[in-house]
Amino acid sequence: MNALLQFARENYNTLVVLAGVSLLGAASGIIGAFAVLRKRALTGDALSHAALPGICIAFLILRERNLIAMLAGALVSGVLGIAIISALGRWTRVRSDAAIGTVLTVFFGLGVVLLLMIQNMGGVGSKAGLDSFILGKTAGMTRGDVYVILTASLVCLALIVLLYKEFQLVAFDNEFARSLGWPVFRIDLLLMSLVAAAVVIGLPNVGVVLVSALLIMPGAAARFWTNRLSTLLVMSGIFGFFTGLIGTMLSATLEQLPAGPIIVLTGTTIFVVSLLFGIRRGVIARLIEHLRFQRQLNELRLAGSSPEVDLL
Amino acid sequence: MTALLDIHDVTVAYHRRPVLWDVDLTMHEPQLAAICGPNGAGKSTLIKAVLGLVPMASGRVQVFGQPVSAVRKRIGYVPQRESVDWDFPVSVLDVVLMGTYGQLGWIRRPGKTERQQARRCLEKVGLADYERQQIGQLSGGQQQRVFLARALAQQADIYFMDEPMAGVDAATERMIFEVLRELRDSGKTIIAVHHDLRTVPQCFDYVVLLNVRLVAAGPTDDVFTPDNLRKTYGGRLAILDAAGEAVEAESRAL
Repeated sequence: MNALLQFARENYNTLVVLAGVSLLGAASGIIGAFAVLRKRALTGDALSHAALPGICIAFLILRERNLIAMLAGALVSGVLGIAIISALGRWTRVRSDAAIGTVLTVFFGLGVVLLLMIQNMGGVGSKAGLDSFILGKTAGMTRGDVYVILTASLVCLALIVLLYKEFQLVAFDNEFARSLGWPVFRIDLLLMSLVAAAVVIGLPNVGVVLVSALLIMPGAAARFWTNRLSTLLVMSGIFGFFTGLIGTMLSATLEQLPAGPIIVLTGTTIFVVSLLFGIRRGVIARLIEHLRFQRQLNELRLAGSSPEVDLL
Repeated sequence: MTALLDIHDVTVAYHRRPVLWDVDLTMHEPQLAAICGPNGAGKSTLIKAVLGLVPMASGRVQVFGQPVSAVRKRIGYVPQRESVDWDFPVSVLDVVLMGTYGQLGWIRRPGKTERQQARRCLEKVGLADYERQQIGQLSGGQQQRVFLARALAQQADIYFMDEPMAGVDAATERMIFEVLRELRDSGKTIIAVHHDLRTVPQCFDYVVLLNVRLVAAGPTDDVFTPDNLRKTYGGRLAILDAAGEAVEAESRAL
């Protein structure tokens, strides 16, 4: 016990970072599962890429690395990107996938240009380490950052738990929800705000390129295991938690590699395992079901039964 | 006497092309009513305009003498089956429970009472044994019945149904009609978009013939005539004459 406490005291910072990223993973997983069910999976991706110019502009204005200001900048430019996508869909004949692709790349390109400008400025710019926002860096996290993540994740989780019924119905059948008089647009807006919050909080750790994977992968993996929404959400949270936990532990031991890709590769491992072994829709489960059905069919044919016999 | 349903001068346009033009329709008594018309006639749009799901360019709708927003809890809705993703991770009972959400209000979850209510509705449509199944495992006809059960769980006084018979077999169709008749006999009004003209005369008391404009509306015996059908469908289909004459023959026989 004493040894454990001793360990905890010595590695306090590591534990703080682990807790922060794991919690972020859990919250992203749950929010992302709903976003995917609402067919808004790509919104998170567009938002994160569109956030990069905001980070750079915030730095250029303040001339210092202030995390809160840069995340605020990220949020503003990310939301601006989403607004442009919506506007293109509504008032022009550009298809939504083309709109997302265009806005995502234009904003990201602009962000990279600004980033290189900052790095070439010399002085504080070259040491700002803004490039960690592209692929993520967990080692640089402070205790304050973790508290921000913790608070935000808990708020997100609480909202999802409270409004479970509302998010469920809007994602499944929004016309029916509107026929009940529900403010579907506002419920959607709230869901998208949660996505935006998860993306922005995840940016420093996972980076703009890959943060949306943290939203999409846990839910996609969980879908192989269950047909129930509540179970799906719990599993997405657990998968997201372990993606963050294991990914951060690995990236702590592999310091020369960026954290984002390592976290995403951890998530990918969970996804591939689920794809193969998931008991509801996994490849192996389906194969077994298919073979069993074939055998039943053959037995019936041999017995000369009529096809009315209940195969299901 | 206040009307059950009062649709006044309703016009709806998509991209400046009118899909409903100046539709007037008033119903005073509980009916089992069919909305019929060719493709693109605005049948679904009429239902959606009443429910406020599509914006009206002009017009006014009242249900039970009040604006729709004031009487939402008395209105039930069955959307088209294709309008949702049947791969969604919910069970049959979960979907039927959604019918109770309107009564529940914000944040409150369905409890024991609601689950019992939902089970009763599932029983009525003959799906009591399926409540734990994922909705994607059902056949088209069963999915349609799940939607009907969800509407029953709304415990509404007027129901709008968008093609509740689409893609169901004859046995399921009989069962659905049985449920609808029961509803009507208990004083509810059902207004359903319906495609199969052959079943209109024996199944519906009231017909709304629509082709962008309202062609005719009233009791089936008065309105479902070859002449009106020709006006609605443009006289292209021989079956229309046959269907209309069958009605005439029937009413003569009576």
